[in-house]
Amino acid sequence: MTFKLPIVGDGVAAQLLERTREMAVEVIGDLPNAFPPRWTEVPQPADHGGDARQIMGFFTDTTLCIGCKACEVACKQWNQLPAEGMNFTGYSYDNTARLSATTWRHVAFKEKIGEDDAAGISRWLMMSDVCKHCQSAPCQHACPTGAIIYNEFGDVYVQGDICNGCGYCVVACPFGVIERSDHVAGIPADGHAHKCTLCYDRQAEGMTPACAKSCPTASIQFGSVDDLRAKARQRVNELRERGNDKAYLYGCDSVGDYGPLNSFFLLEDHPNEYNLPENPPQPFDGQGKRYAASLAVGAGLAMVAAMIFGGGGRRGR
Amino acid sequence: MPGLGASFGRGAATGYQQDMANSDCILIMGSNMAEAHPVGFRWPMRAREKGAQLIHVDPHFSRTSAMCQTYVAVRAGGDIAFLGAIVNYILTNDKWFKEYVLAYTNAAIVVQEGYEDAEDLGGIFSGYEPETRSYNADKGRWGYAGSEADVCQRDARDGARGPVEQGLGGTGKTGSGQRETAATAEGTSQHGHGLMGLASGQTRNRAANIVPPPDGKIERDESLQHPRCVFQLLKKHFSRYTPETAAQICGCKPEEIIKVAELLCQNSGRERTSMIVYALGWTQHTTGVQTIRCAGIIQLLLGNMGRPGGGIMAMRGHSTIQGSTDIPTLYDSLPGYLPQPASIEQHRSLKAYCEFEGLAAGYWANTPKFMVSLLKAYYGDAATKENDFRYDWLPRIDGDYSQLPFFNSMAQGNVDGYFLFGQNPAAGGPNAGLHRAGLRQLKWLVVLDWFEIETACFWKNDPKGPPPGDVGTEVFFFPVPPITAKEGCFTNTQRLIQWHDRAVDPEEDCRSDLWFVWNLGRRLKELYAGSTRPQDQAIQALTWDYAYDEEPRLADGSVSRIENEPDAAKVLQEINGHSLVERDEKTGKRRLLRAFSECKDDGTTSCGGWIYSGVFPSYDRNRARERIVTKNPVQPNWGYAWPNNRRIMYNRASADPQGRPWSTRKQYIWWDEQAKRWVGPDEPDFEPAKPPDYRPPQGARGMAAIAGDQPFIMHPDGLGWLFAPATTKDGPFPTHYEPVESPVSNPLYKQEDNPTARYFQGPLNVIAHTPESEYPIIATTYRLTEHYLSGPMSRFNSWLNELQPAMFAEISPELAAERGIVHGGWCTIHSPRGTINARAMVTKRMKPLVIAGRTIHQIGLPFHWGFSGESVGSQTNDLIPIVADPNVSMHEAKAFTCDVRAGEVPQIEPKPNYPFAPWPVRGMVPQTPRSGQPEGQVGR
Repeated sequence: MTFKLPIVGDGVAAQLLERTREMAVEVIGDLPNAFPPRWTEVPQPADHGGDARQIMGFFTDTTLCIGCKACEVACKQWNQLPAEGMNFTGYSYDNTARLSATTWRHVAFKEKIGEDDAAGISRWLMMSDVCKHCQSAPCQHACPTGAIIYNEFGDVYVQGDICNGCGYCVVACPFGVIERSDHVAGIPADGHAHKCTLCYDRQAEGMTPACAKSCPTASIQFGSVDDLRAKARQRVNELRERGNDKAYLYGCDSVGDYGPLNSFFLLEDHPNEYNLPENPPQPFDGQGKRYAASLAVGAGLAMVAAMIFGGGGRRGR
Repeated sequence: MPGLGASFGRGAATGYQQDMANSDCILIMGSNMAEAHPVGFRWPMRAREKGAQLIHVDPHFSRTSAMCQTYVAVRAGGDIAFLGAIVNYILTNDKWFKEYVLAYTNAAIVVQEGYEDAEDLGGIFSGYEPETRSYNADKGRWGYAGSEADVCQRDARDGARGPVEQGLGGTGKTGSGQRETAATAEGTSQHGHGLMGLASGQTRNRAANIVPPPDGKIERDESLQHPRCVFQLLKKHFSRYTPETAAQICGCKPEEIIKVAELLCQNSGRERTSMIVYALGWTQHTTGVQTIRCAGIIQLLLGNMGRPGGGIMAMRGHSTIQGSTDIPTLYDSLPGYLPQPASIEQHRSLKAYCEFEGLAAGYWANTPKFMVSLLKAYYGDAATKENDFRYDWLPRIDGDYSQLPFFNSMAQGNVDGYFLFGQNPAAGGPNAGLHRAGLRQLKWLVVLDWFEIETACFWKNDPKGPPPGDVGTEVFFFPVPPITAKEGCFTNTQRLIQWHDRAVDPEEDCRSDLWFVWNLGRRLKELYAGSTRPQDQAIQALTWDYAYDEEPRLADGSVSRIENEPDAAKVLQEINGHSLVERDEKTGKRRLLRAFSECKDDGTTSCGGWIYSGVFPSYDRNRARERIVTKNPVQPNWGYAWPNNRRIMYNRASADPQGRPWSTRKQYIWWDEQAKRWVGPDEPDFEPAKPPDYRPPQGARGMAAIAGDQPFIMHPDGLGWLFAPATTKDGPFPTHYEPVESPVSNPLYKQEDNPTARYFQGPLNVIAHTPESEYPIIATTYRLTEHYLSGPMSRFNSWLNELQPAMFAEISPELAAERGIVHGGWCTIHSPRGTINARAMVTKRMKPLVIAGRTIHQIGLPFHWGFSGESVGSQTNDLIPIVADPNVSMHEAKAFTCDVRAGEVPQIEPKPNYPFAPWPVRGMVPQTPRSGQPEGQVGR
């Protein structure tokens, strides 16, 4: 006999689920409100009580990136992050391969030689990736300790001394940005979650984040996201006028159903080419249904248990 | 000297990098600028964003190619054919800038009867002497018709060297260079160095071919119809360089060449300007100087010289390589491109030297002023008019002591000891195995460097070397701090002198290079203090007063703990020059010179490097230290550019012959009739008050011989040279020759390769002569952004090493399939000089070319690895042949032949001698709570 998990919309199980949901609503109130707020409701910097500040972010224009990796090195140097090792990956000129607990800026390379259109134009896509500082950040939603916050610049920030290393944020992030630190070359690590702070410490002193400061071609621009979004839209229009119909913004407004990013990109190819999700999932979308499903399963199992063990109990009495 | 000097008069980049943003079209060829000069590359990017066209022509598709709208893949070594086809296109389609060419170039000048072109003689010009493998320009009749009357005096008088010509070219990276070898050579701190330069003293070319006798006149034909006028000769010379022929040589399509030519032509003229950018991809060939010459011809024909957004940017190979030829580390050159005296009759006395080296017309007529001022700077009061300013104390060169012949001699046991600053020949020298063989023969070697580079540990870590016990060299390694712990200045690719302060003291017992040299000199002076021998007088008299007047302080105001550190500002002041008779009003010290025009030949001024004069005009003003941003787009107060703070050289050409801007859009320097001066945002590279209609009187000499509409003031005729009547040693026109090692033969001429190339044959330097089936693949070398030259400043840093952790070879998928090489796996590369291992980077960015019906494979090799460091790997430079360009003795690293096989040779794979250190630097920020420490500190 095979046990079939109740699935939403699946006959009897669906009815069971719906009943459970109703029960849950009775107990804990209206479901959507009980779960983490949607991006529109994210606390704004002004809510911090201090002076009203603007939300700060990055605009990374990949059409200007020359792949020099100055951002990667400047980030490591400023934040004193260790090199992870010396691995020849063979991924074009990309040997750090991904964002991690100790690589907060990462330059991706994608060779498209003679593959594009009939003209056989060769391109070599280069893109400096970074934490997206989502306006509705799943990592922040997932954090059970309150370690992940929005700081006064509107940036997603991990408070290292509060993080307990549970790792919920790691699975929640749809971009694979945040990660727990692991030992490097035998040197132990705290196992806490780490990622780009948007150079919180530099911003607090009125300085530009290290990566943007070191970028020789202004591919990485730092500023208030309102300004950056306006600039980015203008930039796309300019590029299109020049005949570059491939240029578009990723995360300036929203990506699919996913809210806007405070660190957004100008791309020239499908997001997948840059290792970005076309439709990043918001893990808390449909969370109500998943909670309900869990309750339903629990209830179902309870009933089964009651049927099996309840009778036996009577017999035993 | 080189290409730029022969074409324009000075061998240095003609403009400045920021000016690239003003260009309408930039051809990058022989340069991987986005990777090798990523910070400067912001300017081409800005030009692109303003609508300019960027073109990259290169054997491999690099990060630079990815940034350009147009990319053409070519065979390494086909550059002159490619550029020649552009010249052909310009002439055939009548696209040249007529007013400009007629007024500012030697197009109309008639060449002496008897000159024969390479077209007539199967690839050789008239005047070739096979026994010496060299040209005799006089015998070949390369001179201007009308200069013959002077021929008898010529030998006595002119060495026409283009003066500063050597500079650029000469040095290196850029160049035409004379010398650096950045690709292969390098340095860790700041110097470049000469690779091998031929002694310039004896080899200066004859410039008298250009100057008419006092009562004579150079023959011109303004209609350009005379069969021997330069324009007709040029047309004839390039008539067979059609796009089709060039495409055959380069392995590209004719349409691709035509497209590049069209883009250049469309973006040149009165309203628009195009720029050409090159680096070691052009210079490191046996035809490097002529390739640059060819670019010069294009820029002169299109009227792009001396104008904003135009010119030729020669990108230098490393920091202050320009400076190290200006104030040279070269054996054959004195500061300011004055030739080192040689043991030849023409240099027997100061007077003879000045007569021989100074030119009758043009700026070099001032040679005596610069030479006397230099001697006064060297020997102070001991140099007097009566004793010829102690000219006799200057060492005379009696042979070629440039890097290659010197190391060759070293390998034969002829050298006892060697001081080495900022260079790494054991890994960076061309044919590095030969360099290591030389080092093993030394008795002692002093290496000053930031890290224990290959040259400091060759005796124990070289996997190809003998056991350490068999090496007799005693190596003294002196740790030198990074630039943050020493002050001084750099001169960058655009001749810009920029000062840097000492931010902190060096750690522990590290001392600056300057400290070492000054204290070595002090000890030598002490050692010879009591000597009465005549040969010790020079060292006794040498001015060596660089001690600080007050305690030196660091940036934070604290007193430096370093004892006996010299005051670098005093060195720069000495280079700038002093008046020896006037006093500074404020300080009472000897007055500093305000410009090189103040130099005198009577012993009343001293000047250690005339071209830098003006950089320190008063004791409270070090212009190299200034960083003042103004509304003037040229930013004249940001650093100081020699000569005389001119940012674009030959800028008189930005105005028409009458002195009016060619167009409003491209105005730069023009004649102001009211003020009776040349005005504009930059310093005019011309006598500021010489009117456009000035005509030299008969028999005029010096600057008086340059007319008001002749912008190229370093040339005796004031003109840009389409035809080089002097200066180049391998012909007045660029000619396509195959690289010395090439798998294809020359379709244009019977003469396969450069007939004047220099060979250094020997068991350690075997050449695979053309064509050699054993080595069928073309190899070219280049740099990656992540590493620096042979890696002395990058392979000890894990933040850089993780970005490019292994030596690799870029191989096309087709070649990989043919040889069974797997992407990411190992392969070996073989040349007659050696074998190396590399990881295989199989990529479509390398592509096989079809040449003469055959598929020709090329591979690309970065040259950053060696056997010392945290990241180690085989040395590309072990493969490179030493064959030299005749002008500057540059070797040919950018096109040689090899073979590639799958697998590796484990015995030659070096082991890291420095452990992996995840944090190159690590330390808590002092006086800062834990919460304020960098994340990487807190997290671990």
